[in-house]
Amino acid sequence: MNAGTGTKLGWGFVAPALLWTLAFFIVPFLVMGAMSFATLEGRSLVWGLHLDNYIELATRAYLWRAILVSLEITVTVTIVSVVLAYPLAAIIAFRVPPQWQRLALLLAILPFWTSYVVRSYAWLLVLAREGLINQALMNVGLIVEPITLANTRFATVTGFVHFFVMLLTLTIYANLVQLSPNYRRAAADLGANAVQTFRHVILPLTLPGIATGAFLTFVLCIGDYVTPQVLGGNNELTMPQVIMVQLGRRADFPLASALAIVMMAIVTLAYLASARWLRLDRV
Amino acid sequence: MTKRTVALLGGTAISLFGAAANAQELNALVWCDHTDDALIQPFEEEFGVTVNVREYEGTGAALALLEQSRPGDWDVLVIDGIDVFRAAESGLLAPLPDDQLPTADFFPEIVMAENNTLDGVTYAVTEKFGYNTISYNSEKVDAADMQDLSTVWSEKYAGRISIYDYYLPVMGLAALAEGVATADIDAGSLDTIGPVLSQMRSSAASVAGVVAAQTALATGEVDIVVGGGEWLTAVLAEEQPELTWTIPDQGAVRWTQSIGVLADSEQPDLALEFVKYIVSPEGQARLATSACFWGMPANSAAGEILTDDQKSVLRWDDQTDYLTRTQLYPAPDADLDIEMQDLWLDTLSQ
Repeated sequence: MNAGTGTKLGWGFVAPALLWTLAFFIVPFLVMGAMSFATLEGRSLVWGLHLDNYIELATRAYLWRAILVSLEITVTVTIVSVVLAYPLAAIIAFRVPPQWQRLALLLAILPFWTSYVVRSYAWLLVLAREGLINQALMNVGLIVEPITLANTRFATVTGFVHFFVMLLTLTIYANLVQLSPNYRRAAADLGANAVQTFRHVILPLTLPGIATGAFLTFVLCIGDYVTPQVLGGNNELTMPQVIMVQLGRRADFPLASALAIVMMAIVTLAYLASARWLRLDRV
Repeated sequence: MTKRTVALLGGTAISLFGAAANAQELNALVWCDHTDDALIQPFEEEFGVTVNVREYEGTGAALALLEQSRPGDWDVLVIDGIDVFRAAESGLLAPLPDDQLPTADFFPEIVMAENNTLDGVTYAVTEKFGYNTISYNSEKVDAADMQDLSTVWSEKYAGRISIYDYYLPVMGLAALAEGVATADIDAGSLDTIGPVLSQMRSSAASVAGVVAAQTALATGEVDIVVGGGEWLTAVLAEEQPELTWTIPDQGAVRWTQSIGVLADSEQPDLALEFVKYIVSPEGQARLATSACFWGMPANSAAGEILTDDQKSVLRWDDQTDYLTRTQLYPAPDADLDIEMQDLWLDTLSQ
């Protein structure tokens, strides 16, 4: 096979993926970008290079609050999910016998098998004033009256963490099982205890896996509409909720597109941050 | 006959069969109450057709969907009564023959010719109505308190309220609480409505959509739903009769939904038959008691078909009083709509 044939074959292999990306990402993104500079006059869409939507974004206090709330929730969920998923992944990778690891992973991701919306409503019932948690706490005498758990940020974060711990467990586990046991043996030979081995050897080597999972968590969490709506009781406006309000009745696609562009900019910044500091390219 | 010829003939036959099958399908863009088989099947059996229903939420979403579809993709549209003019102005709806619609049997307040016609031409017909008012758990709150809107969202019930997540009816209720008629809401009256919304918001445990509000009330998470009504509690009436609703002394907001034929429909006659079925007494009775949500039928002749129990849940005998004491929910123009939505989002983010 000569070089020319190889090149053509290579393009042949990547062409479907390129066409897919072009058709379902690049073109929609360009349309959304153009739409964000359009405007509504009455109920009619007017294309052009209008900055009205971005000016509105800059001047509406509730939009800034929505961005802030989205970021607060997303960062909290990402941190809590990493903290919970890492030990779980480590236990599966290092403590569970290899022949049982697949089953352990299967059990870890079992909640993925149920509908996301159904799972959110199920959490609502668990966290309700007359739900499982309040009943249990009252039965053991820890509380006298039900406490408010549902329709709070706590509920939103709980619903998200339940979902994303599974995702992070998979990405971190994939990284952990690639580590040669020789690293730990070498650290032990050099006198490092378990904590020192983890801190100076294991953790740095698994940062790419953490970064990948954390970035995916960040992207999926900041764009999620269902969980804040169902579990948060709409008590705090997030960006996806503001976007949905623009579309639901008024069909204000220009303003919704501008909001989506801002969200994409935030995600891009998150990517740049994680790629630079955590060497995402190594995964 | 060669294999190729057989294949071609077979393919042609399949195409023709497919086309014939398509001709027997009616596509309707609807609210969830039209997805009930008990409503759709009798029409399908009578006309030997299949009705494909696609559910949507929010007029904006429906109009966007129609814009993105090919002409002829959709035959029937169910739309918020206050938004018929938006669809008619956009040329999306076909004229309906007045003489084939049984509006003479309708509750007079629900005919709403001013909403369903444009320049003297009828483009839609009202099919169902109800109220955005106060739903509550009669075992947990004092029914007398629910008669005064200002008490409903007062400190007394702080943390026990859910607000229905749709700004138009809720702002309509806030306006009524301050003595502003829903039809008189303008940019100036938003200064009056704003503080009421803030008070409501500070007392609320959640701002919830239909399912979440229903769940919250049914599970005891909240005891009151501002903006609720028969559509929220009627389906729970049998299991939880303590969940009820009332129209406060200041009045409440009335919602309506209309149905029309799309201008690009390739089977307008069949689409019209569907509309006629939906507003017939039989169709109305089934629509009123749809599994998704109950509501009053526009056609009062449905009363002859509904059972006494069903009419009791719908509060059939109180409708004259309710229709007098309620107002159609706000129908803002585009500019006022933006201001109302901004106020709503500002309130939600507080």
